[in-house]
Amino acid sequence: MAVEEIVERCQELYEDLRFTSVRDWKKAAANRKAIGYMPVYVPRELIHAAGMLPVGILGGGDQLDVIHGDAYYQSYICRIPRSTIELAVTGRLDCLDGMLFPSTCDVIRNLSGMWQLKFPDKLIRYLDVPQNFNLDIGGVFYIRELQSLREALAKMAGREISDDDIRASIELYNKNREAIAALYAYRSAEPWQVPTPEVYLLMRAGMLLPVAEHTELIYDYITEAKKVERPVRDNCRVVINGLFCEQPPLGLLKSIEMAGCYVVDDDFMLVARWLLEDVPTDGDPLRNLAHAFIRYSTETSCKYVERKTDKGKFLVESVHRNRAEGVIFASPSFCDPALLDRPMLQNALSAQGIPYTAFKFAENSGQLQPIREQAGTFADSIKLWSAA
Amino acid sequence: MNTAANVQTEVQKEESMLLQKAMISANFDALATAHEDGKKISSTFVPGNLNELLMCFDLVRNLPEINALQSAMRKQTAGYIMEAERSGHSEDVCSYVKSDLGMMAKGQIGPTGKPLPTPDVLLLSYTGCFTFMKWFELVRDQYDCETAMLHVPYQADGEITDNMRDFVVMQLKEQIIPTLERVTGVKFDIDRLRENLKESAKAEEDLVWVLQAAKNRPSPIDAYFGGIYYCGPIFSAFRGSKEATAYYAALRREVAERIDQGLGPITPEGVLDEERIRLVVEGPPNWTHFRDFWKMFYDEGAVVVASSYTKVGGVYDYGFRHDPDHPIETLADYCLGCYTNRSLPARVDMLCDYMDEYSADGFLVNSIKSCNSFSAGQLLMLREIEERTGKPAGFIETDLVDPRYFSPANVKNRLESYFQMIEQKKAHGERTAA
Repeated sequence: MAVEEIVERCQELYEDLRFTSVRDWKKAAANRKAIGYMPVYVPRELIHAAGMLPVGILGGGDQLDVIHGDAYYQSYICRIPRSTIELAVTGRLDCLDGMLFPSTCDVIRNLSGMWQLKFPDKLIRYLDVPQNFNLDIGGVFYIRELQSLREALAKMAGREISDDDIRASIELYNKNREAIAALYAYRSAEPWQVPTPEVYLLMRAGMLLPVAEHTELIYDYITEAKKVERPVRDNCRVVINGLFCEQPPLGLLKSIEMAGCYVVDDDFMLVARWLLEDVPTDGDPLRNLAHAFIRYSTETSCKYVERKTDKGKFLVESVHRNRAEGVIFASPSFCDPALLDRPMLQNALSAQGIPYTAFKFAENSGQLQPIREQAGTFADSIKLWSAA
Repeated sequence: MNTAANVQTEVQKEESMLLQKAMISANFDALATAHEDGKKISSTFVPGNLNELLMCFDLVRNLPEINALQSAMRKQTAGYIMEAERSGHSEDVCSYVKSDLGMMAKGQIGPTGKPLPTPDVLLLSYTGCFTFMKWFELVRDQYDCETAMLHVPYQADGEITDNMRDFVVMQLKEQIIPTLERVTGVKFDIDRLRENLKESAKAEEDLVWVLQAAKNRPSPIDAYFGGIYYCGPIFSAFRGSKEATAYYAALRREVAERIDQGLGPITPEGVLDEERIRLVVEGPPNWTHFRDFWKMFYDEGAVVVASSYTKVGGVYDYGFRHDPDHPIETLADYCLGCYTNRSLPARVDMLCDYMDEYSADGFLVNSIKSCNSFSAGQLLMLREIEERTGKPAGFIETDLVDPRYFSPANVKNRLESYFQMIEQKKAHGERTAA
C-alpha cells in the first residue's frame, strides 16, 4: 500500500464510531471477545494473552453528536466521559464484552462506577496502578492487581491464561513498541516526511487493530513514507503536551503544522509508549510487567513524581532529545491532571530557557483559527529569537 | 417564610459550636508559633487524615482544606484564587488548591490573621481524590520540605481487599513512619498510637450517635450545615485527642437534651420550630456563602437529616471504629473507607439507606464545580436514587471557595421550586393514604 492508502485506511478506522473492525474481528472466529480500555495505561498484554482484542476507547471526537451524554455530566466536566457514555448508551460499544478504567483521574475513575450501574452484565474493572514506585511495595501491590485481572479475564475466556501466553503477548507488544519508536524517531529526524496528523492516525489504528497487524502497518508506512519526497518547510520544532486522555480534533493537529510547527514529540495514546524499554520475555511475566511499570515507564500528569527535582525532567529531556525549540501545552478543558500539572512543567521549561505556549481545547472544538494564530505567533517568535 | 422561632439579629450558636470554634482557633494559634515553640508542622488532607499517627510525633497539624474553607467563610478566598490564576493556574481547576496557593503567594497568613509557617513535612494521603496528588506536588514546588506519599487504593468493587490493606500497611510501616521519625527526630511508639486510637473510637461512637439522632422527628440536628460543625474536630487536627473525646461527649449530651425537649436544630436565627421537609444531601457545601445558603433551607423548614459530606473524613455509621488492637491495619481501613474512596454503586446504596433510615422526603445534590471526585457521576446517582426510593430529587450547582460560582438567586429559585415539589408530593401521598 502507498502512504496515501495506509493513511486512508487509518482514517476510516478513526472515523468509524460503530467499531466495525472490532465487530468483524469478533465475527471471524467463534467466541471471540473484545475488551475496551480508557486512557492512559492498561497492560494490554494480559487482554491479548486471554485471546481477546484490546480496544482503546477515546471518546467520540468531533464527529459524534452528543445527545444523551450531556444528561450525565455537568457543564464543568471534561468532554471525553460524556461522549464515551454517548457511544455506550447508543449501542456503539455493544461489541465490547468488558471495559477497563485505569486510574487516570477522578472522572475516569467514577466512570467505572457509572459503567457498573449502567452495564452490570459486562466485565468492568478499575485498574489502580501504583503511585508508589518501590518494587517491594508498589511493585508487589501491582503484581497482585495484575493477577486479579488475569483471573477475571481467564474466567471470561473460559480457560487459564498461562505464563507462556503472557510471555508471547509481551513479545508482540515489545515489537509494537519498537515499531512505534522507529516511527517517532523517523518523525523526529525528518518531520517534513512524517506529518503529525498521519502519525496520530497510525497511533489511533493501534487502538483497534490486533497488535501484530498494527506493527506491520507501521513498518509499511515507514517504508512507503521514505519513498515519497515531501517539501521541507521552515517550521520550528515543537513538542506538544497534554493530549494523553481526551483527544484533539484532527483539525487541531493539522492547524498546528499549518501554522509553522513540526511536532517532534507528543503524548498521544501513551498506552502504546508507556513502557520505555522491552519487557523481558523470560521469568515471571507479571513480575516483568510490574517492574517495567515501576522502573521504566513514561512520565505524565497522571503519575506522581517522587522528587521535586524530577518534576518536568521528562519533558525537558524530550525537548533536548528531539532538538525541539519549544513546547505547546494543549490541555483539554476541565482536565485536572493536565491543568494542575501545567504550571510545574512550565516552571521546569522556564528554568531551561525553553519557550512554551498554552491553550485549551475540547474533543469537539470547532473554532481552530485562534489556535492556528496562537501556534503561528509562537512559531514566528521562536524563529525571531533564533535569528537574534 | 421563616420558621425559626426567634429571629434574632445576633447569630445563634450551640455550646458545642462555640467549643469547636475555640478548638480550631487554638490550633491556628499553635501553628502560628510552632517553630518558635520548637515544634514541627505536618500538612495533610481531611480524607485519609492520619491524625492519631501524626500526634505520635508531636507534630502540629495543618490541614489545607480547613484553611481554605475557613478563609472562604471570612470572605478571603476570592483574592487568593485570583492571585493563583494570575500566576498561571487555570480557572477550570479546584478552588481549594488555588485558594491555598494564593494564600501562600500573599504571605502565608492563615484565616485567623496569624501566620501559617512552612510545614516540615507534607503527608500526601492520596485518598479518594486525584487532585490531592497534584496539590501537594504544587505545594512541594513552593516549599522545600519532605513529602511522604501514601497511595490509598480505590474501593472500586465496594470492598477492601487484602491486597489493598497490605499495600497501605506496607507503606505506613516501611515509608511513612520512618519518614516521620526522620523529620521529627521522635521515635515511633506504637503504644502511644494505641492510646490515641482508643480516644478516636470513643469520639467516633459519640459522633455516630449524634448523627443518627437525626432519625428522630423532629430532627434535633441539621446533619449538613450543623453536621459540618460537628465533624470539624474529628475531621481535622483533633481525632485521637482527649479534647475531641470530651467535645463529642459534650455534643452528645447537648443533642440528647434537645431530643428530650422535642427541639429541632439550632440555626443562626434560633431554634427551627417547624420541620417541614427532611432531606438527604450529597456533596460538599458552599463555603463562601455558607450562612446565606443555610438560610435558604431553614427559611423553608427544610432540615438535612443525613449527608454524605459528613462522611468524607471517615465513614463510621456502618460500624467501623479505629481499633487499638490492630493499630496500623485500622489506619489502613480508615483511609480505604472514606466516602469518596467508595465506588459509585456503594455511594448510591449508602444514600438510599439514608433515605430510608432517616425517613427523608427528598434527595438533593449540591454539585461542586471544584470537586470531580464527588461530582463526576452525580447525575446518574441522582436518577438511580430517585428511581429506587420513589422520592423526588433535586440538583443545584455551587463551588467550594470560589464566590464567582455561587449564584444566590439561581440556587434559591431552584431550591424553592424543589421544596414545593416535595410538599406537593407529600400532600398527594397523604391524600392517597387517607
